[in-house]
Amino acid sequence: MPHIRFEHRTYALGDNESVLDGLTRHGVSVPSSCRSGICQTCIMRAVQGTPPPASQASIKESLRARNFFLACACKPTEDLEVALPGNDDIPLTAAEVIGKDALNHDITRLRLRTQPGLVYRAGQFVNLHHDEVVRSYSLASVPQTEDFIELHVQRIAHGRLSGWLHDECTVGTTLSLQGPLGDCYYSKSDVNQALLLIGTGSGLAPLWGIARDALAQGHSGPIHLFHGSRTAAGLYLMDALQALAQRHPNFQYTACVSGGGTQGDYRLGRANEIALADYPQLKGWQVFLCGNADMVKTTKKKAFLAGAALKDIHADPFEFSATPSTEQHHTEQDHGLSCTPLAAQRALSLTQRSRAAD
Amino acid sequence: MSQSLYERIGGEAAVNAAVDIFYRKVLADERINRFFEGVDMEKQAAKQKGFLTFAFGGPHHYTGKDMRQGHARLVKQGLNDSHFDAVMENLAATLQELNVPQNLIAEMAAIAESTRNDVLGR
Repeated sequence: MPHIRFEHRTYALGDNESVLDGLTRHGVSVPSSCRSGICQTCIMRAVQGTPPPASQASIKESLRARNFFLACACKPTEDLEVALPGNDDIPLTAAEVIGKDALNHDITRLRLRTQPGLVYRAGQFVNLHHDEVVRSYSLASVPQTEDFIELHVQRIAHGRLSGWLHDECTVGTTLSLQGPLGDCYYSKSDVNQALLLIGTGSGLAPLWGIARDALAQGHSGPIHLFHGSRTAAGLYLMDALQALAQRHPNFQYTACVSGGGTQGDYRLGRANEIALADYPQLKGWQVFLCGNADMVKTTKKKAFLAGAALKDIHADPFEFSATPSTEQHHTEQDHGLSCTPLAAQRALSLTQRSRAAD
Repeated sequence: MSQSLYERIGGEAAVNAAVDIFYRKVLADERINRFFEGVDMEKQAAKQKGFLTFAFGGPHHYTGKDMRQGHARLVKQGLNDSHFDAVMENLAATLQELNVPQNLIAEMAAIAESTRNDVLGR
């Protein structure tokens, strides 16, 4: 008879009993609703042990890879140690700044050396802690080929952390971070699938990582990255992206400027509108959307209506919002976490909120 | 023993195949898509999956009370029979697209139809 370990206590499951029923029977409160493997309210994570395949069949691959499962559909044959999403005490680790340079007039690139053994995927994010301020930054580096993590820090007017990172933090400074977190990354499920990547501003950071991660893993289907900015001066990494396109015939890069201007190495208009006009039919595509929250929300719906399956749309909205339920009471930029579904999104947001760039 | 409707239709795999198609039709339908403005797409898709599982005769925990509470806000916004009819149309079109036999479509339509008064708060 399998045993379930949860919050330092062990509970025995009955014959053919689900983790949800077993824990509930012992008086443990696990959020649940349909109890039929549908609503995903009872999503949990296996900290030790492997959840049975049936309990992971209907959740996103990225969550599956991190051992999330549905408690109502989980009838384990071995012992498991489980946790509710967001209940984990995510440890802080130290990272040293080993590189700092300007990518454009308001985005700084930081490269950090982390503790050995940090396992992450390009496109996930970390929370940086400094002076009681916590902000999230996406990971632009590719772990297979780079021995540092790379962040793109956009300067936000009156931003407490972004100002400090731009003006005071130097090579040699030690930072404190949590992570990796988030589910917006490349999953090698079909190397022939077409990938559409759309980002605005420093939303290029996760996409720069995701595109190179896919290529490094041998992705052979077409990958088209659209990067948008209001002004031509806001574009960055153009040479590097063009060089990447030179090296990989299946990778294409299009820069877009929405605020008008003279014709240059970019197209005039919003990145999301240009991309969807170029690709009106997205059935079978995998879509990654990062940056401005309104752009991400609108484009997510349009990509779905254009035929992309909901599970194939990965979104990472950067938005300003007051963050509830945390120690921070000021308005700040918030990591929308819409890569995670439902309950996981709600619960994870308690520990993983507070996004980027400030 | 005869199989249940849910088994005959193909169970959860069939629901998964239907949910994106159905939700896409609903979002594209000018008659009803205003009721879906601004909702979280993942949450909405999970609700659609619950509804389709119910219509397919599968395991569900829907009650008339849930249906009433869940749609009360929309009834205040003017949800009426014509909108319910539009959803039924989209459901039938989804099943036709998946080549579900006409007699099974009729069985499902009858189950979905049974929620009309609760959904419309009557």
